[in-house]
Amino acid sequence: MARTAAWLEPHPHGLYVRPADLWIDPSRPVERAAVTHGHADHARSGHHAVFATPETLAIMALRYGVDTAASRNAAFAYGDGFERGGVRFSFHPAGHVLGSAQIAMEYRGERIVVTGDYKRRADPTCAPFEIVPCDIFITEATFGLPVFRHPPTDGEIAKLLAAVRAEPDRCVLVGAYALGKAQRVIAELRRAGWDAPIFIHGALERMCALYADHGVALGDLRLVGETAKAEMAGQVVLAPPSALHDRWSRRLPDPVTAMASGWMRVRQRARARMVELPLVISDHADWDELTATIAEVEPRESWITHGSEEGLLRWCELTQRRARALHLVGRDLEEEA
Amino acid sequence: MKRFAALIDRLVYTRSRNSKLALIVDYLRHTPDPDRGWALAALTDALDFPAVKAGTVRALLATRIDEELFRLSRHFVGDTAETAALLWPDGSGKKGDISVSAAVDALSAATRSDAPAVLASLLDRLDADGRYALLKLALGGMRVGVSARLAKQAFAQAFDVPVDDVEELWHAIPPPYAPLFAWGEGRAARPDLADVAFFRPFMLAHPLDESEAIDFAAFAAEWKWDGIRVQIVRGGGAGGAETRLYSRGGEDIGAAFPELLAAFDQDAVIDGELLVRGEAQGGVEGGAASFNALQQRLGRKTVTKRMLADYPAFVRVYDLLGVDGNDLRLLPWTERRRQLEAFVPRLAISHFDLSQVIEARDFAHLAELRAGARDAAIEGVMLKRRDAPYVAGRRAGLWYKWKRDPLTADCVMMYAQRGNGRRASFYSDYTFGCWSDAGELLPVGKAYSGFTDEELKWLDKFVRDHTTDRFGPVREVEKTLVLEVAFDSIHPSKRHKSGLAMRFPRIARIRRDKPAEEADRIATLKAMAT
Repeated sequence: MARTAAWLEPHPHGLYVRPADLWIDPSRPVERAAVTHGHADHARSGHHAVFATPETLAIMALRYGVDTAASRNAAFAYGDGFERGGVRFSFHPAGHVLGSAQIAMEYRGERIVVTGDYKRRADPTCAPFEIVPCDIFITEATFGLPVFRHPPTDGEIAKLLAAVRAEPDRCVLVGAYALGKAQRVIAELRRAGWDAPIFIHGALERMCALYADHGVALGDLRLVGETAKAEMAGQVVLAPPSALHDRWSRRLPDPVTAMASGWMRVRQRARARMVELPLVISDHADWDELTATIAEVEPRESWITHGSEEGLLRWCELTQRRARALHLVGRDLEEEA
Repeated sequence: MKRFAALIDRLVYTRSRNSKLALIVDYLRHTPDPDRGWALAALTDALDFPAVKAGTVRALLATRIDEELFRLSRHFVGDTAETAALLWPDGSGKKGDISVSAAVDALSAATRSDAPAVLASLLDRLDADGRYALLKLALGGMRVGVSARLAKQAFAQAFDVPVDDVEELWHAIPPPYAPLFAWGEGRAARPDLADVAFFRPFMLAHPLDESEAIDFAAFAAEWKWDGIRVQIVRGGGAGGAETRLYSRGGEDIGAAFPELLAAFDQDAVIDGELLVRGEAQGGVEGGAASFNALQQRLGRKTVTKRMLADYPAFVRVYDLLGVDGNDLRLLPWTERRRQLEAFVPRLAISHFDLSQVIEARDFAHLAELRAGARDAAIEGVMLKRRDAPYVAGRRAGLWYKWKRDPLTADCVMMYAQRGNGRRASFYSDYTFGCWSDAGELLPVGKAYSGFTDEELKWLDKFVRDHTTDRFGPVREVEKTLVLEVAFDSIHPSKRHKSGLAMRFPRIARIRRDKPAEEADRIATLKAMAT
């Protein structure tokens, strides 16, 4: 029997769909790229033609100046797609960040789904993950170890608000990745009834505006750079993780340093990042979501990429599921999770 | 367990000492006996459950989860207790909290054969944070940055009692310290320590400010030996006498120095310097080695025959706090000294000798003697008021330490790292090096003090403007800035490529005027080594 899915070739810098001469999430510039979502380790600059959801294209336009109007680039809403070289491509919600998609491909009766990054729990800033039946399921494994079980988001938001209210002379500075996590934390705060202005680092401004343009209401956002120190006492401030201990933070009123990330589950990791208030809020599936999703999709075979491949691979072995690990390069797991 | 779990969770993430203190104070005030006592013991690593070890936890987990998944998880998390706490399946047992004391009782009663079952039934009733707290309580090694000293201070602050009293009582009362809490809350009298070899808080010295006019004749001078301050206590009544060896913080370090415990056979309390035999520091009955040699014996739970033979320890005695059931602490130094000189011959000369008083005519003479002490690797001299009693802590005007002038070297900044807490946004920890014969810069030390706030701002900016590479939190800088580094002494060390390690290095001056090529050479530093 011919090797399963020989038409899709895993390379260290991306997945190559040979009949369509097209790459999925390539980490170097190519002629044609289908992109699952806008994070820098999946969406790179310099591709000639990009196929993605309208939101992902807008994010790439903002970050890399991708020309959304150019006819070589094409945007597809969830459920839509295109055909090329006999391969039928379609985009389906992945629930990771605004515009994030799973890419399904069908060729000669065989269907492959690439999840990109995904999560299963509710997120007010993006469409929820949908199960797409397939023969080969290519899943991420960022939190592919059974120690990673994200607690309910509401509880983490309550923790954040309790910290804000406990010390009215200080602010809580939340480190959150600029695309997705920051907007989700803001939207969750709004959902929890926090309607005070939220103060943001300049690096978050344009992405928050983009989310608002796409109908994600974030309420009153103000720039830290345009606010007096005293005004931020008793308030929530958001910044990219790299700014938490930067000179920039000296302009804040005695900040309590928080960080929103799935890695915060591990105490010594949070401690090493000098975080005082760890918030386990992740845009990636945790162990239970990863394993439940594979069980639900019930593919003939699972391919596991970027993260703790070994853990998920071991689970597949224990539950007698066919699986293999793909070793893709250039996936930056530390910052965005 | 919930309150205790919340406490250690907060302590893990809290960096400031005062905030840690506030958290413990609040816990002690609002938690009932005996839970708070057990918690305090757990925080200071004073609990031990012989039947429950890391291996017990690993074996137990193997019955609930695939061993390979456990191994991968443990490797990622880096801590057995935390891995197990996260992996243990949630909600399999009865709901409801268990008290810290119930957990301690269950763990204490466990035998090697039923320990896994005992642990499992406890874990089943807790959530992830509770499981972490329980496993840390069972296995020790809290890693929450709480020293015994901090815990005692928290107790003193919580109940508004003198920390010296807490220190004295603490070591005499076993966990969960019920009599201590009863006394703290004013429900009972101060516990009576007649029958125990308890720790007496040390009397400490202020650094001598040379501009301060003190009456030289009122003080006696002694060498300040370069080891660690210790107290040996032998006492107790009905249950038979016991001997204990305490470090300056009141930690019982007797297990690491069995030869001293065995040799101390008098009913007495002495204050002295723990040293190892060697050539570097003089003395009546033979010399002492440098601090570096003593370090081979410190921080050990047990000691091998080889260590005993290679690094024989002894105590050079400074003071006599009690003898034959009498407390001498309220007597003036002169009288204690008289009694000490009469007492020391009762001790085995192989393990105890008397620290001599320095006969100096005046300050100038003493300064001359102190300067001459450099080769003997003595830290400096002590000045003790002749009419002063032995009082706990650092009291003004009674004892002074007059360290010899520090050594200095001109070094080149090589790497910088961010500080903690208030300094988290500053590059405030600097690694510096000197030139090898081959013309290569090799690191000789690391310092994070000695500069003013203004200088720190300048250094921080220098680091940011001259970064050549980054390794995680560490920045490598252009090798152009000369720092004059002061240090107390320098020793051979296998840990560093330069083969040297400094003691108490700090930045004395920023030498912007000096070109890096003119910084000191390793060979120059080697010549200073003791």
